[in-house]
Amino acid sequence: MRALRRSGPELVVVLLAVVIFVVPFSFMVLTAVKDEVQSAELDFGWPTSWPIVQNFVEVIEARDYVLLRAFLNSTILTVVAVTLLVVFCSMAGFVLQRRAGRMRSVVNFLVLSGLIIPPAIVPTIWVLQTLGLFKTLPGLIFVEVAFHMSYSVLLYRAFVAAVPRELDEAAMIDGCTGFRLFFKVIFPLLRPVTITVILTTSVAVFNDFVNPLYFLPGDENATVQLTLYNFQSQYSTQWNLLFMDIVLITIPPLLAFIFFNRKIVAGMTAGAIKG
Amino acid sequence: MTSSRPSTATSPEPPTAAAGRRARARNGKGGRGGNPYPYLFYVPAGIVYTIVFLVPTIMAFYFSMTRWTLFDSTFVGLENFTDFFAEQNLRIGFQNTLIYAVTTSGLKVVLGMALGVLLTSRIKLRGFLRSVVFFPVLVSTVAVGITFSVLLKPDTGLVNKALALVGISGPDWLGDANTALLSVALVDVWKGVGLATVIYIAGMMSIPRDYYQAVAVDGGGAWHRFRFVTLPLSWPATNSVIILSFIGGLRSFDLIWTMTRGGPGFTSDVIASIIYKQYQAGFFGLSTAGNVILFIVVTALVVPLTRFLSAREVAA
Repeated sequence: MRALRRSGPELVVVLLAVVIFVVPFSFMVLTAVKDEVQSAELDFGWPTSWPIVQNFVEVIEARDYVLLRAFLNSTILTVVAVTLLVVFCSMAGFVLQRRAGRMRSVVNFLVLSGLIIPPAIVPTIWVLQTLGLFKTLPGLIFVEVAFHMSYSVLLYRAFVAAVPRELDEAAMIDGCTGFRLFFKVIFPLLRPVTITVILTTSVAVFNDFVNPLYFLPGDENATVQLTLYNFQSQYSTQWNLLFMDIVLITIPPLLAFIFFNRKIVAGMTAGAIKG
Repeated sequence: MTSSRPSTATSPEPPTAAAGRRARARNGKGGRGGNPYPYLFYVPAGIVYTIVFLVPTIMAFYFSMTRWTLFDSTFVGLENFTDFFAEQNLRIGFQNTLIYAVTTSGLKVVLGMALGVLLTSRIKLRGFLRSVVFFPVLVSTVAVGITFSVLLKPDTGLVNKALALVGISGPDWLGDANTALLSVALVDVWKGVGLATVIYIAGMMSIPRDYYQAVAVDGGGAWHRFRFVTLPLSWPATNSVIILSFIGGLRSFDLIWTMTRGGPGFTSDVIASIIYKQYQAGFFGLSTAGNVILFIVVTALVVPLTRFLSAREVAA
């Protein structure tokens, strides 16, 4: 009896969580593997036939393989943007933590501004247009780097604070300063926070919808999130393909989640509490 | 900071040489290689930040006062701003932004804290539940938006079918002007509450166990533990959750855009979606005025809020 009373509310809570959080995902997957007619019913019914491969092939081939190109674009975007973020922000976070002075308060102010201020969209387009970077992948890469910079600098600054200064001093005695000090001695020690920055910013950049919508519009160089947005209007009748697209796009974050759940959570909570 | 340290501690060199080097380091010039922490390190990040973020942010104030085609601009003073507030639809957007931000951040605090308490207790399947609650944070907003617009459809949608089972006839969540914005806000909470929860879990795990034992010694129960230990001591977590989700709520665009496009009519428009609509319509000056208004709203609310919350944190 006591066991029942203890596990009764528990059972309710677990059931609720499953319904609220698991049902939507099951719905995505189920709809993605149904045939066109059944998927149009948009209910939770068990699939009568399983055209998984066919749906997969159809969504890949749709509109002249736009999804493959989108995956390529998103991969390039994510890898390059995150690499630049790691290099630029670790350097900035290091000096920001180590070197006092008026410059430090200016930089701190700019970092916090970057966290709070919503980016001015059309003026950014104007700047990119002037530089010939509007509607180009490099342009979008710089946008992503700029908009995720503050968060990454804060994570690095916090972590550098835990690296003892004695280490710098020992290295300096061996004649290591500036770039050699940083890249030979400090940067390798920042590995844990570098992994955190890589994970959190790649999920954010890969999932980003707003910035590609503004700065890289058009079908020929779409990112994955935009294919979803474009399919939404085009495939109002082919729900199975739309949801197959959703499932495919959810796989990369799912993999990141399965393998690095703890790291991601640690990064996001640290960023939140420091920020 | 370096200079205040006794110089001989780590140095095998004669003290004078080490002190000299340190003095040079402090000046930031002279010596081989200059300062060990050169300002040059700010340059790559600084260039990108300045060109892509700072310049547009500052230029926005000028362009918001122009009629603008990207190639040339005519100065019109504050006309865009008066237009913005004169038009009923745009005023709604202003109001909705505030409602949306307050609702989402409020619910994320309450539900995040409740889930935090639950998932730090000795419940079975704790790890599984934590994962399940957190995963939506990593899923793309567009995917979540599309899925929920289907689940919330009036007749065929799963939500209304489930409600029908218990005898409630659910509304047309996204098609009704009264419920559209609120429905999107609830989906936003569904997607974002996982982040709030893990922030609370991190905060609650760092509360020393002694406090709970002290309550137990005084004969306090679960409610006392929550009211007098967990609640006050997880204040820093509450603080971050409020700030994070409030900023996010004010700037929110993608979920609203994928679920309602600001509709029906303009009833679920927020400032960010108006910025996009005016941009699409080619009113670049007006769109930028929207951006400036959003900028002012965010700073006018978030800066005092941060001050207020951190003052309370010190007090608590």
